[in-house]
Amino acid sequence: MIWVIALMVFIMLVGAVTVLLVDSHVSAIAASSAVSLALSVIFVILQAPDVAMTEAVVGSGLSSVILALALFRLNRNKAKMEQSDA
Amino acid sequence: MRNISALVFASGLAFLLLVITWQFILGGAPMLIGEAILQQAAEELGAANLVTSVVLGYRGIDTLGEIAILFTASTATSLVLSSIAEKTSAKSKPGLRDDGTILASSASLFFPLLMTIGLYIILHGHLTPGGGFQGGVILAAAFFLPLLAVPGRGVNHSGLALVEGFAGASFIVIGIIALFQGKAFLQPLFGHGEMGSLLSAGSLPLLYIAVGLKVGAELSGLLANLAEPSGNGDETLSATESASTEQTSMQAEKTKS
Amino acid sequence: MTTNLIHWLLYGGAMGLIVIGIVGVVTLTNIFRIILALVIAEAGANLLLVIAGYRFDAIAPILTGQALSAMPTTQIMVDPVPQAMVLTSIVIGVGVQALALALVLKVYKNYQTLDLREIHHRMLADIDHSSGVISLLSEEQPKGERPLPEPETKNVLNSGGEK
Repeated sequence: MIWVIALMVFIMLVGAVTVLLVDSHVSAIAASSAVSLALSVIFVILQAPDVAMTEAVVGSGLSSVILALALFRLNRNKAKMEQSDA
Repeated sequence: MRNISALVFASGLAFLLLVITWQFILGGAPMLIGEAILQQAAEELGAANLVTSVVLGYRGIDTLGEIAILFTASTATSLVLSSIAEKTSAKSKPGLRDDGTILASSASLFFPLLMTIGLYIILHGHLTPGGGFQGGVILAAAFFLPLLAVPGRGVNHSGLALVEGFAGASFIVIGIIALFQGKAFLQPLFGHGEMGSLLSAGSLPLLYIAVGLKVGAELSGLLANLAEPSGNGDETLSATESASTEQTSMQAEKTKS
Repeated sequence: MTTNLIHWLLYGGAMGLIVIGIVGVVTLTNIFRIILALVIAEAGANLLLVIAGYRFDAIAPILTGQALSAMPTTQIMVDPVPQAMVLTSIVIGVGVQALALALVLKVYKNYQTLDLREIHHRMLADIDHSSGVISLLSEEQPKGERPLPEPETKNVLNSGGEK
């Protein structure tokens, strides 16, 4: 059990540092999704299945979809601007 | 310089939090309210999932406030997004493109499955882990999947608003009915039923259905707003917007040079 | 010994997430990335709340099997109140995050950059311009005397994979 906790905390912290340091925005979104996934495993170990379910569905599913959609729109705006500049 | 000061700040914060952590107790913290709820919840509310009886029974007004916050956030998001709506011509959509038959048909294959799972989780919220929030998010995903696979397919925003308003209103109405019966606001109605069966725990399942529909409608409306350019009907607005944007950028250019 | 180690692992994980999130909010300059850091800090706070309700040798607060008929049970359960609070907190968090992203989109539409210092720069210039004041940051000012170095506007929005 303690190895699972240690592994998940390690994944969580490494993922969080990755979110701050990595260059690409898409990788940062994927890393934050991984943080949420490891967090939901820790919630299961802490005997909180409701919270784990919410974190898995919302944190690593919906939240990254929302972030990815926003990033997509930002990129589209940027592409359009470059088009109008040229 | 900036990085060094950030490092100093981070280590100071970490030290402070470690000192606080030193005094925390793991697994033995006194829980007065929690203990009382664990002792009484099963008799008072009859829900097998005690978290549900806390969310909807003991802290029902808290959940009402949470729904209100989510509603405000979703409304504000659609307001802000509609103010930056882009002009889209019918022929060229620079956005999402059609990704082929496989994605479209698997989206329509997954739609009923996701609906079933979402409704199952909502309906069994008082028996098993899960409930209105989780099931609502799955419902939103089910509605968003076809939109992702077949872009350009509009969303029925008025229908979503109808579902959302109906669910929110029924949550409050269930609370007010309890007032008319001489109980407190949002106090569970009806009998307990047999614990562990689907029809038990009084009005808690009804409240969770309302929460699930409301969360699902709000989040799918939010996702649809983020995904689609929604340029129809906002031509004049976006024209003035882009004019002011151009002005701003020209100004910025002048400032920079 | 094991208890002590679990204590430090769990609390260290929660505090680490909070510290990383706050440091990210303070030091990063890209507002999109600041939102991601905020999400991480929020996850750490949620973990801290759930840990506060944990008890050793306890089961999840859900009655199953024999416990359904024999109430009150002898089995210890974890505290359900923090779990209920975290449940609502996570859902509120995603709503607030969507609102913040909509505002970021609006800012990008108006200022064409995501860099915090550049936005500040342009916003001040706009305010000065609309109030008719000759800006301190305008072209009359020699270039070297500006309070901040000229921030990069290129490659603020690198999306990865398409470089």
